[in-house]
Amino acid sequence: MHSNAATMTAAEPIIQVENLVTYYGERRILNDVSMQVEAGEIRVIMGGSGSGKSTLLRHMLGLQQPVSGRIRLFGEDINTISGQRMFEMRRKMGVSFQGGALFNSMTVGENVQFPLREHTRLDDHTIRIMSRMKLEVVNLAGYEDLMPAQLSGGMVKRAALARAIVMDPKLLFFDEPSAGLDPVVSAELDELILRLRDSMNISIVVVTHELDSAFKIADKITVLDRGEILLTDTVAGIKQSDNERVSALINRTPEDEHVNVDEYLKRLTRVD
Amino acid sequence: MRTFTEHLGRRVVGGVEEFGYGAALLLESMFWICVGAFRKQPVRIAAVAAEMMKVGVFAIPVVVILSFANGVMMALQGIYTLRDFGAESQVIPGLAMSITREFGALIVGIVVAGRSGSAIAARIGAMQMSQEVDALRVLGVNPVRHLVAPILIAMCLMVPTLTVLADFMALLGGGLLCGFMLHMNLDAYSQQILASLEVFDVMQGLAKSFVFAVLITLVSCINGFSTSGGSEGLGYRTTRSVVLCIAAIVIADMVFTFFLSR
Repeated sequence: MHSNAATMTAAEPIIQVENLVTYYGERRILNDVSMQVEAGEIRVIMGGSGSGKSTLLRHMLGLQQPVSGRIRLFGEDINTISGQRMFEMRRKMGVSFQGGALFNSMTVGENVQFPLREHTRLDDHTIRIMSRMKLEVVNLAGYEDLMPAQLSGGMVKRAALARAIVMDPKLLFFDEPSAGLDPVVSAELDELILRLRDSMNISIVVVTHELDSAFKIADKITVLDRGEILLTDTVAGIKQSDNERVSALINRTPEDEHVNVDEYLKRLTRVD
Repeated sequence: MRTFTEHLGRRVVGGVEEFGYGAALLLESMFWICVGAFRKQPVRIAAVAAEMMKVGVFAIPVVVILSFANGVMMALQGIYTLRDFGAESQVIPGLAMSITREFGALIVGIVVAGRSGSAIAARIGAMQMSQEVDALRVLGVNPVRHLVAPILIAMCLMVPTLTVLADFMALLGGGLLCGFMLHMNLDAYSQQILASLEVFDVMQGLAKSFVFAVLITLVSCINGFSTSGGSEGLGYRTTRSVVLCIAAIVIADMVFTFFLSR
């Protein structure tokens, strides 16, 4: 599966995050995060709510500027390259957002065709054929004339996936594929992600808090907790980890907070 | 006292920030309108046409009714006021000037602010909340080029066009009333109107309407893009957009008139 890594220039990692630090106001969200994703790999970034995983994703997508640190995609620093280079790089990336983020004013078909219309000069007929092909891949053939509001949650995710892969990207981001879906539909999506990697030979970054899904699809899992990377390892390695917080995450033990009586009373009786 | 000054300071900083954002938005839209086509990222004609329908064509009925009623009302007030001096017929130059210089543009500005100022803020705000704006960005589609530039073009074309229509309808309304109350026919009325109008009067109204168009676009888009905090936030931003649009129009009108009539 990793055969195409050799064709990349000296097997350069697709994503390189170096010492990323970022704040929301005064609060530090990511603290010195560094990671790499190799070509052809499915990497799952896992962590609980508030662990900073969505923020990390936004940084990798170039939607947010870091306070310090660097992010390289395909070997280029996305925060210093020109707008035109970034524009060209976007064609090699696909993103499926948590809520799908389909354009509500367009039909499903138009949504999938949108990147082709913006980035290529293909004729209308070809664009239609290509978008239908991708809708077939995600099992949504025949739904192209519906509006996004008429689709179920799982269908929205699949349509968003079709839009993300319509330009045949080299790198695919998937934010919370199973959020809000029932187990059967979410298992179907996992299968779909695996199939995509095998048929299109792309690198995929999945952000999720779902353990089952992560264990099923991941080549490697990066565990993020309170803005720091606890560990990056294979599924087997993660399961055997003796890191307290990692095992708390996989065994779903609630975090027990030690109650400091003095502080507790102070919080209750605080005068603003 | 400290919280008051702190609050005031934050408000002022926020206001200045928004001004800067507006200027940046205007420059960026103009950049895409001028340069987009050469970078293979053109502003879509179809999108401009769709906005022109929404902003302009669908506003025609309201503009027609309001400007006609306004013309009638102004003629009525004028005739009653001037009757004391026995100078009723002088209402016609008054109508001609005040409508073309002032009220045509103002009525259109307020109608478009009310209709499109809220609709644009709500649409962009909803897109912001459902991550559609982020989706545009990651698809390599600049949101300003895709969303703001078509609106700016459509506004700058349609608001002056609507102003011409409003001028005409208001003068027609005034004419019908004058015909009824002063026993004159429309032919004589229109000749007197034309005699008392200069090109400058009409151009002044049109120039104002152009400024209104830019203001409505910027205020509503800024409010749309700044939406956060769920449906509550969306409602707040939509309301704020309309209120600020109308405020901006009236104040800009005052400044404009002050400098032009010196």
